Amino acid sequence: MASTTITPTRMVLNQLKGRLKTARRGHKLLKDKRDELMRQFMDVVKQNKALRLRVEEGLTQAFASLQVASSIMSPEMLEQALLYPRQSVELGMDFKNIMSVNVPLYSFKTKNNDPAEIYPYGFAQTSGELDDALDQLSRVFEDMLELAQVEKTMQLLAEEIEKTRRRVNALEYVMIPELEGNIKYISMKLEENENATKVRLLKVKEMVLQDAHHYQQ
Amino acid sequence: MGFKALGLETFGVDNAQEGLAALKKLTRESDDYAIIYIEENLAGELEHEISRYKDSPTPAIILIPGRQGSLGLGQNALKAAVERAVGTNILGD
Repeated sequence: MASTTITPTRMVLNQLKGRLKTARRGHKLLKDKRDELMRQFMDVVKQNKALRLRVEEGLTQAFASLQVASSIMSPEMLEQALLYPRQSVELGMDFKNIMSVNVPLYSFKTKNNDPAEIYPYGFAQTSGELDDALDQLSRVFEDMLELAQVEKTMQLLAEEIEKTRRRVNALEYVMIPELEGNIKYISMKLEENENATKVRLLKVKEMVLQDAHHYQQ
Repeated sequence: MGFKALGLETFGVDNAQEGLAALKKLTRESDDYAIIYIEENLAGELEHEISRYKDSPTPAIILIPGRQGSLGLGQNALKAAVERAVGTNILGD
């Protein structure tokens, strides 16, 4: 795969050898990075799968309860009851570094710590089903937050793995073979030049000797 | 909906156009939202817009099942991520 642009000199040969060494080292490092990322990724995927199932189940249940509540109460009443939330959530965000991938870490603070504070209405005019629904929802919410974190982590890791894998493959199947090919081409060319020089010298010697002594071989 | 009582901000939309507008508003015009939950039945129509944010650290756009129950879109996203990283689906389902 010797490209036409390389000049077969010793200097270029040395340069290429240096580059090959770097490429080999980079390849090894990237391969290690990929393997470690993959290990982390598999953990995250497992976590994500479990969480998602839990969240989907919990939400479906919560929505079902909400449905029951809305069938008992009139829609206007329901809307009124939920109109002004008493609780508010503040989401804090931080970054964690996994193998040079920045993944988000969420932390949330509720303004009111009393769990009863999720009900933004008086109990007199609303049905108990609504309380149940909100209770379920608030429990699912913690899982939802974790799911968000895990899922984002998973997506970012997936992207990084893809990138790393591409680099590893590019080094392994393109860069390194090309460098090796070029090195081989140069060393063969140099050897050829050497042989040519040797032959030329022999020839010259013969001619010189013949000139001087009418020497016949 | 019920999430409002928990202190989340909710944006009710009736169709995909409104959903798209709301999503664009949340993602492009402010940095205040770190997590956006979208119901699956709406998310199915906003796939293009959602996938733009797959590789950026914020915001995290997470699909949740709607009232009709899970459509499996969220799990598809998981599979897609695995496929992207590994090159093949190794979860076996």
